[in-house]
Amino acid sequence: MSTKIDINSSSLSRRKLIGFLFISFCLLGVLVAFMGLMSLLVQVIIQGYEWVTPNLIFNYPSRHPEQAGLWAALIGTLYMMGLTALITVPVGVGAAIYLEEYAPKNWFTSFVEINTSNLAGVPSIVYGLLGLSIFVYFLKLERSILAGSLTMSLLILPVLILTSREAIKSVPKAHREAAFALGGDRWQVVRMAVLPTAFPGILTGIILALSRAIGEAAPMVAITALVYITFVPVTPMDRFTVMPIQIFNWVSRPQDEFRGLAAGGIIILLILLLSMNSIAVILRNKYQVRSEE
Amino acid sequence: MIKDDKNLKVRRSHRLRVKIEGKVIGFLVGSAAFITILVTISIVWNLAQQSLGFFSEISIIEFFSSTRWSPILIPREFGIAPLVAGTFLVMIISSFVAVPIGLAVAIFLAEYAPNNIRKILRPMLEVLAGIPTIVYGYFALTFVTPLLKLVFDDMIIFNALSAGLVMGIMIIPFVSSLTEDALISVPNSLRQASYALGATKFETSIKIVVPAALSGIVAAFILGLSRAIGETMLVTIAAGATPNLTFNPIESIQTMTAYIVQLALGEAAHGSVEYQSIYAVGILLFIITFAMNTLGHWVVRRWRNVY
Repeated sequence: MSTKIDINSSSLSRRKLIGFLFISFCLLGVLVAFMGLMSLLVQVIIQGYEWVTPNLIFNYPSRHPEQAGLWAALIGTLYMMGLTALITVPVGVGAAIYLEEYAPKNWFTSFVEINTSNLAGVPSIVYGLLGLSIFVYFLKLERSILAGSLTMSLLILPVLILTSREAIKSVPKAHREAAFALGGDRWQVVRMAVLPTAFPGILTGIILALSRAIGEAAPMVAITALVYITFVPVTPMDRFTVMPIQIFNWVSRPQDEFRGLAAGGIIILLILLLSMNSIAVILRNKYQVRSEE
Repeated sequence: MIKDDKNLKVRRSHRLRVKIEGKVIGFLVGSAAFITILVTISIVWNLAQQSLGFFSEISIIEFFSSTRWSPILIPREFGIAPLVAGTFLVMIISSFVAVPIGLAVAIFLAEYAPNNIRKILRPMLEVLAGIPTIVYGYFALTFVTPLLKLVFDDMIIFNALSAGLVMGIMIIPFVSSLTEDALISVPNSLRQASYALGATKFETSIKIVVPAALSGIVAAFILGLSRAIGETMLVTIAAGATPNLTFNPIESIQTMTAYIVQLALGEAAHGSVEYQSIYAVGILLFIITFAMNTLGHWVVRRWRNVY
C-alpha cells in the first residue's frame, strides 16, 4: 500500500473535521435511502387505505372503480404460485443437490455454476419473451396459467438453486462423514443426513424465490397480454391474470380513482409479500439457533 | 441354514435396490442441473431465431444507423438508437443516486455502524429490495413526478428523470449489499495497521479499506447498473412510451424494456414484423446485460486481492 499518511503537515483537528464531514455524508446517504422507503410506504398507504374494502378483494375488475376488485388476479396469483412451486422446487433443489453432493469438480460443473449466476442476471422481460415463443406458441399452451407458471419457474430457478446450495453447503461435514461411516451410499447420506438439516434453509429459499415471483409483472405481461378477466381460473389451461398486472392496468389509467384503487391493490400485494418474508425470516432465525447448538 | 440363505437373499435384493435407487436419483439430480444449461440455450436460440426473421425484413444497417423508431405508425422505421438512448439515460440518472448512496450506506454499515443500528438498517434494506418494481413505478408516477413538477414547470408527466431517480433508490440495496460484502472481506489486520500508523477512521476507510475492496465495489456498480438496464415495469409506468433520441431528462422517452411491454400488451399478430421486433430488441438487451454481468464477475475474479 503506497498511501502515505502525513501526520505532521496537517493538524489533527482538520483531519478529524474531514472525518466528521465524511460520516455526515454517509449518514445523509442512509437517511435518503430511509426517506425513500418511508415516503413510498406512506404515499401508498395514504392513497390506498380507503380503497382496501371487501369489494377490492372479492370483486372482479370493473369499469366502475368503486366496484372493481382483485379477486380474479388474487386467485390467479395463488394458483400460479402453486403450480410454479410444483415445477421449480424439484428441479431447483435437485440441481442444488447435484452441484453440492454429486458433481465431480470438472469443467461441466463449473460451467453449470457460471451459467446459473448468469441466468440470475438475465432481465425478467427476456424470460417473458422466451415463455411467449416457447410455451405460448411453440408448445401451443396458449396464454394459459400453465404457460405463465412454466415461465415463472424458469425465472426463479437460478435464485432457488443459489439459495438451496447455500443451505446444503452449511450442513457440517461431520454429518456426512458419520452417515458414510455407517455404510450409507450417497443418496442415503443425502436423504437421511444432509436434507433434514438443510431443510429449513431450503424452505426459506423457496419462500423467498416465490415472493420474488409474486411481485414480478414484466414476464407475465408478455404471457397474458392485456386481459380483462372476469372469471377465476379452474384448469391449468385457463386464461388468467395476476395481481401486479391488475395493478399495472389500474396505474396506467388516467383517472384518480383508479390510481387509488392501484394503491389499494399494492397494499394487499405488500401485505402478502411481507407475511411471506416474515415466515422466511422466522424460519431462518430458528435455523440459525439450531445450528449453533 | 435355509433361514440364513433367505436372509442373505433379502439383504442382497435390498442392497441391489439401494444401488439402483442411488443411480436413478443421481441421474435425476444431474439432469436437473442440466436443465439450467438447456434454459440458456433456449433463450439464446429463441432470441436469435426470432430476430433472424426480423432482420430478414429490416436491414441490420437500418436497425443500428437510423435514428427513428416507429414500428407501427407509417412510415415505419426501425432505428434502435432512441430506445438505447432512453435506456442509458435512465441508467445514468439512476447511477447518480445509487452509486454515491449505495457506497455511503455500505461504508457506514461495514465500518461505522454499531451492531444495534446495523440490525435495524439491514432488514430495512431487505424490505426495500423486496418491494415489487411495479410499486416503484406507482411511486415515481404519483409522488416523485408531481414533486419534480414543482421545480421543472415544463416537465412532461412521463419523463426519464423521475423514473431514473426512483430506479436509483430501487437499486441502492443491491449495490450496497454487494459493496458491503466486499468491504467486510478486507481483513481487520489492514485496519489495525492503519490505526497503528496514526490514521483516523476516515483515512482508514477511504485510503486503506476502499482501495483494498475496489474490485468488489466496481463489480457492485456494474452489476447494479446492469440491473437498471433490464428493469421493466418502473420505466414502463413512469418514463413514457415515446421513442425519443434525447438526453434531456425531463422529456418523455421509451426504454428497450418498456417497448417490449408496450408491444406485448397489444397482442401483436404472431409472426408479424412488429412481433419479431421485440425479439430483436430483446436480444440486444440480453447481449448488453450479459456483457455487463460477465464483466462484473470478471472484475471480481481478476482483481480480487487475496489476503
